[in-house]
Amino acid sequence: MAAGPLLITFDKVWKTYGEGEAQVHALAGVDLAIRRGEFVAIMGPSGSGKSTSMNVIGCLDTPTAGTYSFMGVDAGRLDRNRRALLRNLYIGFVFQGYNLLPRTTAAENVELPLIYRGVPAGQRRALAMNALAEVGLKGREHHTPAELSGGQQQRVAIARAIVTRPTLVVADEPTGNLDTARSHEIMELLTQLNVDLGLTIVMVTHEVDVATYAQRTIGFLDGHVASDTRNPRQAVAP
Amino acid sequence: MIWETIRLALRSVRRNALRSFLTLLGIVIGVAAVIAMLTIGSGTTEKVKADIAKLGSNLLVVRAGRPAGPGGHDAATRQLGEKELSALDLRLTGARAIAPASQKQVRVIYGTESLTAGVTGTDAAFLDARDWKLVSGRAFTESETRGGAGVCLIGETVRQQFFGAGDPDGELIRVNRTTCKIIGLLEPKGYTGFGQDQDNVVLMPLTAFQRRIAGNRDIDNIYVAADDATPTTELLPRVENILRDVRRIQPDREDDFAIRDMTQIAETMTSATATMTGMLGAVAGVSLLVGGIGIMNIMLVSVTERTREIGIRLAIGAQEKHILIQFLVEATVLSLLGGIIGILLGLSLAGLASATLAIPFVPSPAVIMLAVGFSALIGMVFGFFPALRGARLDPIDALRHE
Repeated sequence: MAAGPLLITFDKVWKTYGEGEAQVHALAGVDLAIRRGEFVAIMGPSGSGKSTSMNVIGCLDTPTAGTYSFMGVDAGRLDRNRRALLRNLYIGFVFQGYNLLPRTTAAENVELPLIYRGVPAGQRRALAMNALAEVGLKGREHHTPAELSGGQQQRVAIARAIVTRPTLVVADEPTGNLDTARSHEIMELLTQLNVDLGLTIVMVTHEVDVATYAQRTIGFLDGHVASDTRNPRQAVAP
Repeated sequence: MIWETIRLALRSVRRNALRSFLTLLGIVIGVAAVIAMLTIGSGTTEKVKADIAKLGSNLLVVRAGRPAGPGGHDAATRQLGEKELSALDLRLTGARAIAPASQKQVRVIYGTESLTAGVTGTDAAFLDARDWKLVSGRAFTESETRGGAGVCLIGETVRQQFFGAGDPDGELIRVNRTTCKIIGLLEPKGYTGFGQDQDNVVLMPLTAFQRRIAGNRDIDNIYVAADDATPTTELLPRVENILRDVRRIQPDREDDFAIRDMTQIAETMTSATATMTGMLGAVAGVSLLVGGIGIMNIMLVSVTERTREIGIRLAIGAQEKHILIQFLVEATVLSLLGGIIGILLGLSLAGLASATLAIPFVPSPAVIMLAVGFSALIGMVFGFFPALRGARLDPIDALRHE
């Protein structure tokens, strides 16, 4: 897919934890650019800075130094509530542990981000049903997470991430809790959403075969970008 | 949005039903105690007021003996008599009615029935002084009073005992060893606050009572009712001066009689009841505070337990205010629920107490509204700190929380 305009840029981004001797640089002057519509996998050993960079990209965290801009906005300098608004309007999240609200139906989980957007109840319900259909969960709308398999729960989480039609989806080891067959199903779904909706996806993973679904793999090591390669596009399942 | 939040709060309360109930209990007991106390309190005040009104308003009661504390009097002192009564009749200004009254518990017989009633010897002014009306018949005439005729007025209890639903007028009853003809029926007054039946009475002319029942010429009490223009506080010293004069008490000696001001007693009792009610209410209010702390505690637990949920909400775009409102509403719903249950419980308790203690049931809408408002306020105040703690969580830390 053709790369669009710049969506994400890191300009000498530092993230430092601790003081003095105990100081740790999770990100040590990272420069990075991701365009709209890209599907990027971030890899690297633990402590390499991949999770920190993902938190910064998702506007959950801010850099200690340097500039992080998202859609041309200096997102690293926005306050908590503005970043919350930015997340609500433009970013969807998929986590390793699904992070669905327990004892709450799939539809209600998917509706959640719309509530904070102030979408009226009727419209919310319709959008949630539609999103659940898109991830292939038609008929499971009124099941609670406990009544769904891991793969199905992750599909609910993906529906929740895309129900707001975000620009960016940040996925933190989305297949980490799933078996191989389920992992491939989830990755095919993400790839399809990337193609069909033009969704930009930034995914952290440590599994190489999962990363091959992405168009581009960025390798982190010791707070730096160590590698940045393009992958041959895999065929999307019909 | 707010309805959404309230629904969410109700669901959360329902989900932890037992825990919510135990948390509520503090508020329920607090509110129930306050409501019951205040409702019973105002019932008691009403009752006291009504009792005093039954005795007659603006009334002074004179009795022989030094004022030796409430109710007691010295038997050895000079009794009141005709001399004092006529002196008051002649010289006192500002009085609406002056009436003598001597009482004795006496066996009263009609046919084969009998009962012990409070028999009072008095005159026609008594009814006016005590604000007591006749249901039927007539009061004593001047000549009946003076001549000590064998006539009497009976109370409702006596009528029921002897005549059931029948008309007592003109019937003859035996009081002690004397016979008297019933000429009128007194309006029912019910029981006093001390449980005394005020309708178990027979009134007869004073001279008849003195001659045939008491066997002396004493007057136990003189009732002096003030007219509308004269406050009892002004009337009291006038009565005292006349009595001191007529009983020839030296200026350096104390009174050998006592004057009780029923209006003053009424005010004292009413304010004492109100003070008591207020104090009990305040004590009950303390338990509301304890209930509030219970809510704060459980909300802190709830926020901690749901840290991950807060993390999810924050990540997908909830702002601080959303989380704050969510937990504030939850705390408020919880304590409001407790308040409503407490009000129902408190009113039931007060209703039960009213029935048992024979006092009027006076639920006050103002107190109920206050209780509703106060319990909501408690939820907001004690829920604020836990809610703020939840709202201030860092989404990354919150999501990592196990």
